[in-house]
Amino acid sequence: MRETANLFFRLRVRWSAWEIIFWLAWAGAFFYPGINLALLGQVLIWGLFAMSLDLVLGYRGIPSLGHAAFFGIGAYTAGFLGKYGWTEPLSGLLAAGLVSGAVGLMTGRIVRGLYGVGLLMVTLGLNLLLYDFVDRSTKLTGGHDGLQDIVIAPVLGLFRFDMSGHTAYVYILIVTFILFFGVRALVNSAWGLSLIGARDNSRRMTMLGAPVAGDLTWAFGISAFVAGVAGALLTQTTQFASPEMMSFQRSADLLVVLVIGGTAMLYGGFFGALVYVVLRDQLAALNPIYWYFWIGLLLVLIVTFFRTGILPTASQFWIRLTAHQSKRNKLPGSTSL
Amino acid sequence: MNMPLAPDFVLKTRNLSMAFGGVKVFNNLDFELMRGDCHAIIGPNGAGKTTFVAIITGLLSPTGGEVLLDGQDVTRYSVKQRVAEGIVRTFQINTLFDSLTPMESVVIAICQRDKVAKPTFRAVKHLHSQIDEAYALLEKFGLADDAIVATQLLPYGKQRVLEVVLAYALRPRVLLLDEPAAGLSTSQGRALFEQVVTLAQGTTVLFIEHDMNLVFSYATRVSVFAGGTVIANGTPDEIRAHAGVRDAYLGT
Repeated sequence: MRETANLFFRLRVRWSAWEIIFWLAWAGAFFYPGINLALLGQVLIWGLFAMSLDLVLGYRGIPSLGHAAFFGIGAYTAGFLGKYGWTEPLSGLLAAGLVSGAVGLMTGRIVRGLYGVGLLMVTLGLNLLLYDFVDRSTKLTGGHDGLQDIVIAPVLGLFRFDMSGHTAYVYILIVTFILFFGVRALVNSAWGLSLIGARDNSRRMTMLGAPVAGDLTWAFGISAFVAGVAGALLTQTTQFASPEMMSFQRSADLLVVLVIGGTAMLYGGFFGALVYVVLRDQLAALNPIYWYFWIGLLLVLIVTFFRTGILPTASQFWIRLTAHQSKRNKLPGSTSL
Repeated sequence: MNMPLAPDFVLKTRNLSMAFGGVKVFNNLDFELMRGDCHAIIGPNGAGKTTFVAIITGLLSPTGGEVLLDGQDVTRYSVKQRVAEGIVRTFQINTLFDSLTPMESVVIAICQRDKVAKPTFRAVKHLHSQIDEAYALLEKFGLADDAIVATQLLPYGKQRVLEVVLAYALRPRVLLLDEPAAGLSTSQGRALFEQVVTLAQGTTVLFIEHDMNLVFSYATRVSVFAGGTVIANGTPDEIRAHAGVRDAYLGT
């Protein structure tokens, strides 16, 4: 029946109860007494950053080892604006995203003809180039000591970024949600579907007359925009930017966050970020020197036991559980399975 | 083009030559495809059939000669440009979107054809005409029951049908099928051809096929490739009676 087809595409984009609970939980956390809002803000920024990588890696199947470059470009753009007089945060955020997005479009233009290891090398190389440039240009960027004296005006002229971190958390949460909303709509569009098509079989996409290379360039640009905003959020809420924000270590950590969470479902990065950031915080408190040992061990365990990541494995388990239960409910006394 | 061309030829090649390094695949190949025909290309392995299809679709560029689509020289056109002009192909080995459903796959094809797959915030669910058309197509080709099952879970025979549906959804001027029945049983192959021939009526089909029973049952015209040239060209009956073809290929 024709209605089924339309219903299928309606259900495909409907907000599930899980999604609503997910976002309400972040909002609710704000009111939870004694909660570490600074840490949760970090998780959201990492989650947003991971979502940007998910767009190219999860939905398009293109790995990038240089995404911290976009994060860093956004962070420094917001930092420079704040330092040299443009202190309004929302326009600063937008500017950071646009600058980073423009660099992303150019990167996309370069990498769209590359595959596999070559692609990884180029993204990694671009990341290292930028890192070294920022790290060495002491006069311009403050070099290794980072960019200081960044001033950020109150949001909408009303909410100051204070020591309690309340403004910062709400600011991060709202910006993250808006970008999530946008990216979710994008991946559910015909363009998003075509992106998955190109991931599954780029040869066929070409034979359907699709602009495969152009779509990849746009995906990189949009991804870089989101990553840039994530970086700008970190700068604005901490009033500090450092070369570490665009280090290769961050690019690698990002891949870890996304892979342990699960790719191609937008939420994977947020779950990965929650596990990664909270664990890092706890482990670093336990032992500030050897915590990477535990992160490494955890990574091996998660990849061994969860294969596709925490979220996809959990959702498959849930589907199997509910399917099993509904089967039992329908057929009382059935001994099958 | 000043030279008047017979209006019933949708695709022509003139003096087409192809060589890989020093190895000549074919030389001065002339080929004509009549509008509305279901035209088969047969020939022994290495006769250049697949290379020919690759040149027609733009995956390879010929070392000499030209490809004309409705009299227009498309020899230098890219794959994408040729698809836009209506030259569409399927593959001998399934080339599908494994994680997507047939419904989603066909919607992609139609959205690409209609140029509505630009980056937007507009969900697919709003593209009612494309969804309805995709469903109608799947229904027509007997895939309605499998419309929302992941492609990789479909039986091989149904995947072969989807392979054709994806190309057909673009409303091609020339539909090239590269061994559409490859890997299918005799009855499945027959069923596939039955569907293609009856449902795609009005579309010009050019296909490569090794199963002579299928060729002689469904083709309206047959060209025999051997040794880099077209050694025979005609209706199935003419080809069956052709002495040279029997010697070179059919072996009867």
